[in-house]
Amino acid sequence: MWIRSLMAYRMSFAMTALGNFAVTAFDFVAILLMFSQVDRLGGYSLAEIAFLYGTSCTAFGFADLAIGSVDRLGRRVRDGTLDTLLVRPAPVIAQVAADRFGLHRLGRVTQGASVLVYALVVLDIDWTALKVLMVPMMLLAGAGIFAAVFVAGAAFQFVAQDAAEVQSAFTYGGTTLLQYPPTVFAKELVRGVTFVLPLAFVNWLPALYVLGRPYPLDLPTWVAFTPPLVAAGSLALAGLAWRAGLRSYRSTGS
Amino acid sequence: MRVRTGRFRLYAAVARGGFRRYATYRIATLAGVFTNTVFGLILAYTYIALWDERPGLGGYDQSQALTFVWLGQAMLTVMALMGGGFEGELIERIRTGDIAIDLYRPADLQAWWLASDLGRALFQLLGRGVVPMVVGALVFDLALPTDALRWLAFLVAVLLGMVVSFAIRFLVALSAFWLMDGAGVSQMALLAGTFFSGMLLPLNVFPGALGEFARALPWSALLQVPADVFLGKHTGVGLLATYAFQIGWAAALLTAGRLLQAVATRRVVVQGG
Repeated sequence: MWIRSLMAYRMSFAMTALGNFAVTAFDFVAILLMFSQVDRLGGYSLAEIAFLYGTSCTAFGFADLAIGSVDRLGRRVRDGTLDTLLVRPAPVIAQVAADRFGLHRLGRVTQGASVLVYALVVLDIDWTALKVLMVPMMLLAGAGIFAAVFVAGAAFQFVAQDAAEVQSAFTYGGTTLLQYPPTVFAKELVRGVTFVLPLAFVNWLPALYVLGRPYPLDLPTWVAFTPPLVAAGSLALAGLAWRAGLRSYRSTGS
Repeated sequence: MRVRTGRFRLYAAVARGGFRRYATYRIATLAGVFTNTVFGLILAYTYIALWDERPGLGGYDQSQALTFVWLGQAMLTVMALMGGGFEGELIERIRTGDIAIDLYRPADLQAWWLASDLGRALFQLLGRGVVPMVVGALVFDLALPTDALRWLAFLVAVLLGMVVSFAIRFLVALSAFWLMDGAGVSQMALLAGTFFSGMLLPLNVFPGALGEFARALPWSALLQVPADVFLGKHTGVGLLATYAFQIGWAAALLTAGRLLQAVATRRVVVQGG
Protein backbone atom coordinates (compact mmCIF):
# COMPACT_ATOMS: atom_id res chain seq x y z
CA MET A 1 0.00 0.00 0.00
CA TRP A 2 2.79 2.40 0.94
CA ILE A 3 4.62 1.52 -2.22
CA ARG A 4 1.55 2.41 -4.23
CA SER A 5 1.06 5.67 -2.35
CA LEU A 6 4.66 6.59 -3.10
CA MET A 7 4.09 5.90 -6.76
CA ALA A 8 1.15 8.31 -6.81
CA TYR A 9 3.65 11.14 -7.00
CA ARG A 10 6.06 9.60 -9.47
CA MET A 11 8.19 12.68 -9.92
CA SER A 12 8.50 13.10 -6.19
CA PHE A 13 9.34 9.41 -5.73
CA ALA A 14 12.08 9.65 -8.32
CA MET A 15 13.46 12.72 -6.64
CA THR A 16 13.35 11.27 -3.12
CA ALA A 17 14.89 7.96 -4.22
CA LEU A 18 17.61 9.85 -6.04
CA GLY A 19 17.95 12.18 -3.08
CA ASN A 20 18.28 9.26 -0.72
CA PHE A 21 20.99 7.86 -2.93
CA ALA A 22 22.74 11.21 -3.15
CA VAL A 23 22.46 12.16 0.51
CA THR A 24 24.16 8.94 1.56
CA ALA A 25 26.59 9.21 -1.32
CA PHE A 26 27.66 12.54 0.14
CA ASP A 27 29.33 10.74 3.01
CA PHE A 28 31.48 9.02 0.44
CA VAL A 29 31.97 12.24 -1.50
CA ALA A 30 33.32 13.74 1.74
CA ILE A 31 35.77 10.85 1.95
CA LEU A 32 36.75 11.34 -1.70
CA LEU A 33 37.26 15.06 -1.07
CA MET A 34 39.46 14.21 1.89
CA PHE A 35 41.49 11.85 -0.28
CA SER A 36 41.91 14.58 -2.87
CA GLN A 37 44.15 16.16 -0.21
CA VAL A 38 45.76 13.11 1.42
CA ASP A 39 46.83 9.57 0.51
CA ARG A 40 45.99 7.95 3.82
CA LEU A 41 43.57 8.53 6.65
CA GLY A 42 44.36 6.95 10.00
CA GLY A 43 46.89 4.82 8.12
CA TYR A 44 44.28 3.41 5.72
CA SER A 45 44.11 3.81 1.94
CA LEU A 46 41.04 4.97 0.03
CA ALA A 47 40.27 1.41 -1.14
CA GLU A 48 40.37 0.08 2.42
CA ILE A 49 38.12 2.86 3.71
CA ALA A 50 35.78 2.24 0.77
CA PHE A 51 35.54 -1.37 1.93
CA LEU A 52 34.63 -0.29 5.46
CA TYR A 53 32.21 2.27 4.04
CA GLY A 54 30.55 -0.18 1.66
CA THR A 55 30.01 -2.86 4.28
CA SER A 56 28.72 -0.45 6.92
CA CYS A 57 26.44 1.44 4.55
CA THR A 58 24.96 -1.66 2.90
CA ALA A 59 24.31 -3.44 6.19
CA PHE A 60 22.71 -0.31 7.56
CA GLY A 61 20.72 0.13 4.37
CA PHE A 62 19.18 -3.34 4.73
CA ALA A 63 18.22 -2.68 8.34
CA ASP A 64 16.84 0.75 7.45
CA LEU A 65 14.82 -0.68 4.60
CA ALA A 66 13.34 -3.43 6.76
CA ILE A 67 12.69 -1.62 9.99
CA GLY A 68 13.82 2.02 9.67
CA SER A 69 10.22 3.22 10.02
CA VAL A 70 10.21 2.43 13.71
CA ASP A 71 11.63 5.88 14.41
CA ARG A 72 8.07 7.05 13.81
CA LEU A 73 6.95 5.23 16.94
CA GLY A 74 7.42 8.22 19.22
CA ARG A 75 4.94 10.21 17.18
CA ARG A 76 2.43 7.38 17.33
CA VAL A 77 2.77 7.17 21.09
CA ARG A 78 2.27 10.94 21.36
CA ASP A 79 -0.80 11.23 19.16
CA GLY A 80 -2.35 7.96 20.30
CA THR A 81 -2.49 6.30 16.87
CA LEU A 82 -0.51 3.38 18.25
CA ASP A 83 -3.81 2.13 19.68
CA THR A 84 -5.01 1.34 16.18
CA LEU A 85 -2.09 -1.02 15.72
CA LEU A 86 -2.67 -2.73 19.06
CA VAL A 87 -6.14 -3.92 18.14
CA ARG A 88 -5.12 -5.30 14.75
CA PRO A 89 -4.38 -9.03 14.56
CA ALA A 90 -0.75 -8.66 13.56
CA PRO A 91 2.46 -8.13 15.57
CA VAL A 92 2.85 -4.44 16.43
CA ILE A 93 6.50 -4.41 15.46
CA ALA A 94 5.69 -5.69 11.97
CA GLN A 95 3.02 -3.03 11.56
CA VAL A 96 5.29 -0.26 12.76
CA ALA A 97 8.03 -1.44 10.42
CA ALA A 98 5.66 -1.57 7.48
CA ASP A 99 4.26 1.86 8.28
CA ARG A 100 5.23 4.22 5.47
CA PHE A 101 7.53 1.53 4.12
CA GLY A 102 9.97 3.58 2.14
CA LEU A 103 11.05 1.90 -1.04
CA HIS A 104 13.06 5.02 -1.74
CA ARG A 105 15.37 3.76 1.01
CA LEU A 106 16.71 1.36 -1.62
CA GLY A 107 18.83 4.36 -2.57
CA ARG A 108 20.99 3.78 0.49
CA VAL A 109 21.48 0.07 -0.22
CA THR A 110 22.34 0.75 -3.85
CA GLN A 111 24.82 3.39 -2.87
CA GLY A 112 26.52 1.27 -0.21
CA ALA A 113 26.64 -1.73 -2.52
CA SER A 114 28.23 0.23 -5.36
CA VAL A 115 30.99 1.52 -3.10
CA LEU A 116 31.48 -2.04 -1.82
CA VAL A 117 31.82 -3.35 -5.38
CA TYR A 118 34.29 -0.57 -6.16
CA ALA A 119 36.31 -1.52 -3.06
CA LEU A 120 36.30 -5.22 -3.94
CA VAL A 121 37.54 -4.44 -7.45
CA VAL A 122 40.30 -2.10 -6.36
CA LEU A 123 41.50 -3.92 -3.24
CA ASP A 124 44.42 -6.26 -3.49
CA ILE A 125 43.45 -9.14 -1.20
CA ASP A 126 44.63 -12.74 -0.97
CA TRP A 127 41.16 -14.22 -1.06
CA THR A 128 40.53 -17.40 0.88
CA ALA A 129 37.18 -19.19 1.15
CA LEU A 130 36.85 -17.84 4.66
CA LYS A 131 37.45 -14.25 3.57
CA VAL A 132 34.97 -14.56 0.73
CA LEU A 133 32.30 -15.86 3.12
CA MET A 134 33.07 -13.02 5.49
CA VAL A 135 31.59 -10.41 3.14
CA PRO A 136 27.96 -11.65 2.96
CA MET A 137 28.18 -12.58 6.64
CA MET A 138 29.10 -8.98 7.47
CA LEU A 139 26.15 -7.63 5.52
CA LEU A 140 23.62 -9.99 7.11
CA ALA A 141 24.90 -9.96 10.67
CA GLY A 142 25.55 -6.22 10.37
CA ALA A 143 21.99 -5.63 9.25
CA GLY A 144 20.85 -7.71 12.24
CA ILE A 145 22.89 -5.64 14.68
CA PHE A 146 21.61 -2.39 13.20
CA ALA A 147 18.05 -3.74 13.29
CA ALA A 148 18.53 -4.49 16.99
CA VAL A 149 19.64 -0.88 17.52
CA PHE A 150 16.53 0.32 15.69
CA VAL A 151 14.22 -1.85 17.80
CA ALA A 152 15.96 -0.91 21.05
CA GLY A 153 15.64 2.74 20.05
CA ALA A 154 11.94 2.28 19.39
CA ALA A 155 11.52 0.60 22.79
CA PHE A 156 13.23 3.60 24.36
CA GLN A 157 10.68 5.87 22.71
CA PHE A 158 7.88 4.29 24.73
CA VAL A 159 9.55 5.95 27.69
CA ALA A 160 10.95 9.08 26.11
CA GLN A 161 8.26 9.69 23.47
CA ASP A 162 9.82 12.79 22.04
CA ALA A 163 13.38 11.60 21.67
CA ALA A 164 13.53 10.13 18.16
CA GLU A 165 16.81 11.93 17.58
CA VAL A 166 18.62 9.92 20.23
CA GLN A 167 18.03 6.95 17.99
CA SER A 168 19.65 8.77 15.06
CA ALA A 169 22.79 9.24 17.12
CA PHE A 170 23.19 5.47 17.33
CA THR A 171 21.86 4.45 13.91
CA TYR A 172 23.10 7.16 11.55
CA GLY A 173 25.92 8.02 13.92
CA GLY A 174 26.89 4.36 14.12
CA THR A 175 27.06 3.87 10.38
CA THR A 176 29.10 7.06 10.00
CA LEU A 177 31.53 5.89 12.66
CA LEU A 178 32.03 2.51 11.00
CA GLN A 179 32.87 4.13 7.67
CA TYR A 180 36.24 5.15 9.11
CA PRO A 181 38.92 2.83 10.47
CA PRO A 182 39.08 2.36 14.25
CA THR A 183 42.59 3.87 14.29
CA VAL A 184 40.97 7.27 13.77
CA PHE A 185 39.03 7.23 17.02
CA ALA A 186 39.91 7.49 20.68
CA LYS A 187 40.34 4.19 22.52
CA GLU A 188 37.39 4.81 24.85
CA LEU A 189 35.08 5.32 21.88
CA VAL A 190 36.30 2.10 20.22
CA ARG A 191 35.89 0.27 23.52
CA GLY A 192 32.35 1.61 23.83
CA VAL A 193 31.25 0.38 20.41
CA THR A 194 32.90 -3.01 20.97
CA PHE A 195 31.79 -3.97 24.45
CA VAL A 196 28.75 -1.79 25.19
CA LEU A 197 26.95 -1.15 21.90
CA PRO A 198 28.45 -3.90 19.70
CA LEU A 199 28.70 -1.85 16.49
CA ALA A 200 32.32 -2.90 15.96
CA PHE A 201 30.98 -6.35 15.03
CA VAL A 202 29.02 -4.94 12.08
CA ASN A 203 32.13 -4.48 9.99
CA TRP A 204 35.27 -3.38 11.82
CA LEU A 205 36.29 -6.76 13.25
CA PRO A 206 35.35 -8.96 10.25
CA ALA A 207 36.58 -6.38 7.73
CA LEU A 208 39.95 -6.01 9.42
CA TYR A 209 40.29 -9.80 9.19
CA VAL A 210 39.62 -9.64 5.43
CA LEU A 211 42.04 -6.73 5.03
CA GLY A 212 44.66 -8.47 7.16
CA ARG A 213 44.88 -5.50 9.49
CA PRO A 214 45.42 -5.63 13.25
CA TYR A 215 42.25 -5.46 15.36
CA PRO A 216 41.62 -2.62 17.72
CA LEU A 217 42.12 -3.22 21.46
CA ASP A 218 44.33 -6.30 20.71
CA LEU A 219 41.32 -8.59 20.40
CA PRO A 220 41.93 -12.25 19.46
CA THR A 221 41.51 -13.40 15.83
CA TRP A 222 38.39 -15.45 16.40
CA VAL A 223 36.24 -12.40 17.29
CA ALA A 224 36.04 -11.71 13.55
CA PHE A 225 33.75 -14.75 13.26
CA THR A 226 31.37 -13.85 16.07
CA PRO A 227 29.08 -11.25 14.38
CA PRO A 228 26.20 -13.71 13.75
CA LEU A 229 26.17 -14.58 17.45
CA VAL A 230 26.42 -10.95 18.45
CA ALA A 231 23.56 -10.11 16.07
CA ALA A 232 21.37 -12.88 17.48
CA GLY A 233 22.15 -11.79 21.03
CA SER A 234 21.47 -8.12 20.33
CA LEU A 235 18.22 -8.91 18.56
CA ALA A 236 17.08 -11.03 21.51
CA LEU A 237 17.90 -8.24 23.97
CA ALA A 238 16.25 -5.63 21.78
CA GLY A 239 13.18 -7.87 21.52
CA LEU A 240 12.96 -8.06 25.31
CA ALA A 241 13.29 -4.28 25.57
CA TRP A 242 10.56 -3.86 22.95
CA ARG A 243 8.18 -6.14 24.87
CA ALA A 244 8.88 -4.33 28.11
CA GLY A 245 8.23 -1.04 26.36
CA LEU A 246 5.00 -2.23 24.79
CA ARG A 247 3.74 -3.55 28.13
CA SER A 248 4.44 -0.24 29.82
CA TYR A 249 2.57 1.65 27.10
CA ARG A 250 -0.38 3.66 28.27
CA SER A 251 -2.46 5.32 25.65
CA THR A 252 -2.84 9.07 25.55
CA GLY A 253 -6.16 10.47 26.66
CA SER A 254 -7.92 9.78 29.91
CA MET B 1 4.02 55.64 11.51
CA ARG B 2 1.54 54.02 13.88
CA VAL B 3 0.91 51.36 11.32
CA ARG B 4 4.63 50.68 11.08
CA THR B 5 5.14 50.14 14.79
CA GLY B 6 2.01 48.03 14.83
CA ARG B 7 3.45 45.89 12.08
CA PHE B 8 6.72 45.58 13.89
CA ARG B 9 4.93 44.53 17.05
CA LEU B 10 2.99 41.91 15.12
CA TYR B 11 6.09 40.32 13.62
CA ALA B 12 7.91 40.47 16.95
CA ALA B 13 5.00 38.56 18.46
CA VAL B 14 5.16 36.01 15.62
CA ALA B 15 8.90 35.58 16.20
CA ARG B 16 8.32 35.11 19.93
CA GLY B 17 5.71 32.52 19.06
CA GLY B 18 8.20 30.67 16.86
CA PHE B 19 10.73 30.73 19.68
CA ARG B 20 8.29 29.55 22.31
CA ARG B 21 6.85 26.85 20.11
CA TYR B 22 10.21 25.11 19.77
CA ALA B 23 11.08 25.79 23.40
CA THR B 24 8.11 23.60 24.35
CA TYR B 25 9.76 20.45 23.06
CA ARG B 26 12.27 20.05 25.85
CA ILE B 27 12.92 16.33 25.49
CA ALA B 28 13.23 16.63 21.74
CA THR B 29 15.74 19.43 22.21
CA LEU B 30 17.74 17.37 24.68
CA ALA B 31 17.67 14.44 22.26
CA GLY B 32 18.88 16.76 19.50
CA VAL B 33 21.70 18.08 21.65
CA PHE B 34 22.77 14.51 22.33
CA THR B 35 22.76 13.63 18.63
CA ASN B 36 24.69 16.77 17.66
CA THR B 37 27.26 15.94 20.31
CA VAL B 38 27.70 12.34 19.13
CA PHE B 39 28.10 13.44 15.51
CA GLY B 40 30.45 16.21 16.61
CA LEU B 41 32.66 13.64 18.34
CA ILE B 42 32.75 11.29 15.34
CA LEU B 43 33.50 14.09 12.88
CA ALA B 44 36.08 15.65 15.17
CA TYR B 45 38.14 12.45 15.17
CA THR B 46 38.02 12.16 11.38
CA TYR B 47 39.14 15.80 11.10
CA ILE B 48 42.00 15.11 13.51
CA ALA B 49 43.09 12.23 11.26
CA LEU B 50 42.84 14.48 8.22
CA TRP B 51 44.71 17.41 9.74
CA ASP B 52 47.35 15.07 11.21
CA GLU B 53 48.05 14.00 7.66
CA ARG B 54 47.93 17.51 6.19
CA PRO B 55 48.57 20.19 8.83
CA GLY B 56 47.30 23.60 7.79
CA LEU B 57 44.85 22.18 5.25
CA GLY B 58 42.46 24.85 3.95
CA GLY B 59 44.31 27.49 5.93
CA TYR B 60 43.10 26.05 9.24
CA ASP B 61 45.24 24.61 11.97
CA GLN B 62 43.90 21.57 13.77
CA SER B 63 42.13 23.43 16.55
CA GLN B 64 40.46 25.71 14.00
CA ALA B 65 39.33 22.66 12.03
CA LEU B 66 37.88 21.15 15.20
CA THR B 67 36.14 24.43 15.98
CA PHE B 68 34.61 24.24 12.51
CA VAL B 69 33.20 20.78 13.30
CA TRP B 70 31.43 22.00 16.43
CA LEU B 71 30.22 25.18 14.76
CA GLY B 72 28.73 22.95 12.08
CA GLN B 73 26.83 20.92 14.68
CA ALA B 74 25.68 24.14 16.34
CA MET B 75 24.47 25.64 13.04
CA LEU B 76 22.83 22.47 11.70
CA THR B 77 19.35 23.15 13.08
CA VAL B 78 19.76 26.92 13.34
CA MET B 79 20.16 27.13 9.57
CA ALA B 80 17.80 24.15 9.08
CA LEU B 81 20.45 22.57 6.86
CA MET B 82 18.75 19.18 7.04
CA GLY B 83 15.23 20.66 6.89
CA GLY B 84 12.98 20.92 9.90
CA GLY B 85 12.16 24.59 9.58
CA PHE B 86 8.86 26.21 8.65
CA GLU B 87 8.88 24.97 5.05
CA GLY B 88 7.22 21.63 5.76
CA GLU B 89 4.28 23.40 7.32
CA LEU B 90 3.98 25.98 4.55
CA ILE B 91 4.10 23.23 1.91
CA GLU B 92 1.33 21.40 3.75
CA ARG B 93 -0.79 24.56 3.85
CA ILE B 94 -0.26 25.05 0.13
CA ARG B 95 -1.15 21.43 -0.59
CA THR B 96 -4.34 21.47 1.47
CA GLY B 97 -5.42 24.92 0.30
CA ASP B 98 -5.23 26.50 3.76
CA ILE B 99 -2.85 28.96 2.18
CA ALA B 100 -5.89 30.81 0.84
CA ILE B 101 -6.77 31.79 4.43
CA ASP B 102 -3.22 32.98 5.06
CA LEU B 103 -3.37 35.20 2.02
CA TYR B 104 -6.46 36.99 3.31
CA ARG B 105 -4.74 37.84 6.58
CA PRO B 106 -3.64 41.45 7.00
CA ALA B 107 -0.03 40.37 7.25
CA ASP B 108 2.52 39.72 4.55
CA LEU B 109 3.06 36.00 3.91
CA GLN B 110 6.83 36.24 3.50
CA ALA B 111 7.38 38.57 6.45
CA TRP B 112 5.15 36.44 8.67
CA TRP B 113 7.09 33.25 7.99
CA LEU B 114 10.42 35.08 8.20
CA ALA B 115 9.55 36.32 11.68
CA SER B 116 8.38 32.90 12.78
CA ASP B 117 11.46 31.18 11.34
CA LEU B 118 13.84 33.68 12.95
CA GLY B 119 12.18 32.94 16.29
CA ARG B 120 12.72 29.24 15.68
CA ALA B 121 16.34 29.73 14.63
CA LEU B 122 17.08 31.87 17.68
CA PHE B 123 15.75 29.15 19.95
CA GLN B 124 17.80 26.49 18.15
CA LEU B 125 20.91 28.64 18.57
CA LEU B 126 20.43 28.70 22.34
CA GLY B 127 18.80 25.29 22.72
CA ARG B 128 20.92 23.19 20.41
CA GLY B 129 23.97 25.28 19.63
CA VAL B 130 25.46 26.11 23.00
CA VAL B 131 25.68 22.72 24.71
CA PRO B 132 27.46 20.75 21.93
CA MET B 133 29.89 23.66 21.60
CA VAL B 134 30.65 23.52 25.33
CA VAL B 135 31.14 19.74 25.18
CA GLY B 136 33.41 20.18 22.17
CA ALA B 137 35.44 22.80 24.01
CA LEU B 138 35.81 20.51 27.02
CA VAL B 139 36.96 17.48 25.02
CA PHE B 140 39.08 19.17 22.37
CA ASP B 141 41.30 22.20 22.13
CA LEU B 142 39.10 24.68 20.24
CA ALA B 143 40.04 28.07 18.82
CA LEU B 144 37.48 30.19 20.66
CA PRO B 145 37.65 33.97 20.17
CA THR B 146 38.86 35.81 23.23
CA ASP B 147 37.68 39.16 22.01
CA ALA B 148 34.05 40.18 22.63
CA LEU B 149 33.84 42.09 19.35
CA ARG B 150 34.55 38.95 17.36
CA TRP B 151 31.72 37.14 19.13
CA LEU B 152 29.48 40.05 18.19
CA ALA B 153 30.71 39.96 14.58
CA PHE B 154 29.97 36.22 14.56
CA LEU B 155 26.42 36.73 15.84
CA VAL B 156 25.76 39.29 13.09
CA ALA B 157 27.00 36.78 10.49
CA VAL B 158 24.76 34.10 12.02
CA LEU B 159 21.74 36.42 11.90
CA LEU B 160 22.39 37.23 8.24
CA GLY B 161 22.87 33.52 7.57
CA MET B 162 19.46 32.84 9.13
CA VAL B 163 17.84 35.28 6.70
CA VAL B 164 19.58 33.70 3.68
CA SER B 165 18.55 30.25 4.91
CA PHE B 166 14.95 31.41 5.26
CA ALA B 167 14.96 32.99 1.79
CA ILE B 168 16.16 29.73 0.20
CA ARG B 169 13.56 27.62 2.01
CA PHE B 170 10.78 30.08 1.21
CA LEU B 171 11.51 29.53 -2.47
CA VAL B 172 11.54 25.78 -1.89
CA ALA B 173 8.15 25.93 -0.18
CA LEU B 174 6.59 28.07 -2.92
CA SER B 175 7.51 25.43 -5.47
CA ALA B 176 4.65 23.41 -3.94
CA PHE B 177 2.22 25.73 -5.71
CA TRP B 178 3.30 24.04 -8.91
CA LEU B 179 4.35 20.57 -7.78
CA MET B 180 1.76 20.08 -4.99
CA ASP B 181 4.13 17.72 -3.19
CA GLY B 182 7.20 19.38 -1.78
CA ALA B 183 9.16 16.31 -0.66
CA GLY B 184 11.32 16.08 -3.77
CA VAL B 185 12.31 19.73 -3.92
CA SER B 186 12.89 19.81 -0.15
CA GLN B 187 15.26 16.92 -0.52
CA MET B 188 17.14 18.57 -3.36
CA ALA B 189 17.45 21.71 -1.24
CA LEU B 190 18.72 19.60 1.64
CA LEU B 191 21.35 18.08 -0.63
CA ALA B 192 22.54 21.43 -1.87
CA GLY B 193 22.49 22.77 1.68
CA THR B 194 24.64 19.95 3.05
CA PHE B 195 27.10 20.04 0.19
CA PHE B 196 27.54 23.77 -0.37
CA SER B 197 27.29 25.09 3.19
CA GLY B 198 30.49 23.42 4.34
CA MET B 199 28.64 20.89 6.49
CA LEU B 200 30.24 18.03 4.57
CA LEU B 201 33.73 19.46 4.70
CA PRO B 202 34.89 23.09 5.01
CA LEU B 203 34.54 24.72 1.60
CA ASN B 204 38.16 25.89 1.61
CA VAL B 205 39.23 22.23 1.67
CA PHE B 206 37.32 21.61 -1.59
CA PRO B 207 39.83 21.39 -4.42
CA GLY B 208 40.31 24.24 -6.93
CA ALA B 209 37.43 25.58 -8.97
CA LEU B 210 34.85 23.48 -7.09
CA GLY B 211 35.85 25.30 -3.92
CA GLU B 212 35.59 28.73 -5.55
CA PHE B 213 32.22 27.86 -7.03
CA ALA B 214 30.91 26.56 -3.70
CA ARG B 215 32.10 29.62 -1.83
CA ALA B 216 30.22 31.92 -4.23
CA LEU B 217 26.84 30.22 -3.71
CA PRO B 218 24.30 31.39 -1.11
CA TRP B 219 24.68 28.27 1.05
CA SER B 220 28.19 29.31 2.06
CA ALA B 221 26.50 32.17 3.97
CA LEU B 222 24.96 29.59 6.30
CA LEU B 223 28.01 27.91 7.79
CA GLN B 224 31.29 28.66 6.03
CA VAL B 225 30.97 32.44 6.37
CA PRO B 226 29.88 32.58 10.02
CA ALA B 227 32.58 30.00 10.88
CA ASP B 228 35.28 32.04 9.17
CA VAL B 229 34.12 35.16 11.02
CA PHE B 230 34.27 33.15 14.25
CA LEU B 231 37.80 31.96 13.42
CA GLY B 232 38.92 35.53 12.69
CA LYS B 233 39.49 35.01 8.96
CA HIS B 234 37.54 38.16 8.10
CA THR B 235 38.37 41.38 9.89
CA GLY B 236 38.08 45.11 9.09
CA VAL B 237 37.13 45.78 5.49
CA GLY B 238 37.13 42.06 4.79
CA LEU B 239 34.42 41.63 7.40
CA LEU B 240 32.27 44.29 5.73
CA ALA B 241 32.75 42.58 2.37
CA THR B 242 31.67 39.31 3.99
CA TYR B 243 28.52 40.91 5.34
CA ALA B 244 27.88 42.46 1.94
CA PHE B 245 28.08 38.97 0.42
CA GLN B 246 25.46 37.68 2.85
CA ILE B 247 23.21 40.73 2.51
CA GLY B 248 23.48 40.54 -1.28
CA TRP B 249 22.28 36.94 -1.35
CA ALA B 250 19.57 37.65 1.22
CA ALA B 251 18.24 40.56 -0.84
CA ALA B 252 18.37 38.67 -4.13
CA LEU B 253 16.63 35.58 -2.76
CA LEU B 254 14.02 37.49 -0.78
CA THR B 255 13.16 39.48 -3.92
CA ALA B 256 12.89 36.28 -5.92
CA GLY B 257 10.59 34.90 -3.22
CA ARG B 258 8.44 38.02 -3.39
CA LEU B 259 8.09 37.77 -7.16
CA LEU B 260 7.30 34.08 -7.03
CA GLN B 261 4.79 34.70 -4.26
CA ALA B 262 3.00 37.25 -6.45
CA VAL B 263 2.80 34.79 -9.34
CA ALA B 264 1.72 31.95 -7.06
CA THR B 265 -0.98 34.04 -5.41
CA ARG B 266 -2.59 34.60 -8.75
CA ARG B 267 -2.74 30.83 -9.20
CA VAL B 268 -4.57 30.40 -5.90
CA VAL B 269 -7.24 32.83 -7.06
CA VAL B 270 -7.68 30.79 -10.22
CA GLN B 271 -8.01 27.55 -8.24
CA GLY B 272 -10.44 29.13 -5.82
CA GLY B 273 -12.73 29.98 -8.70
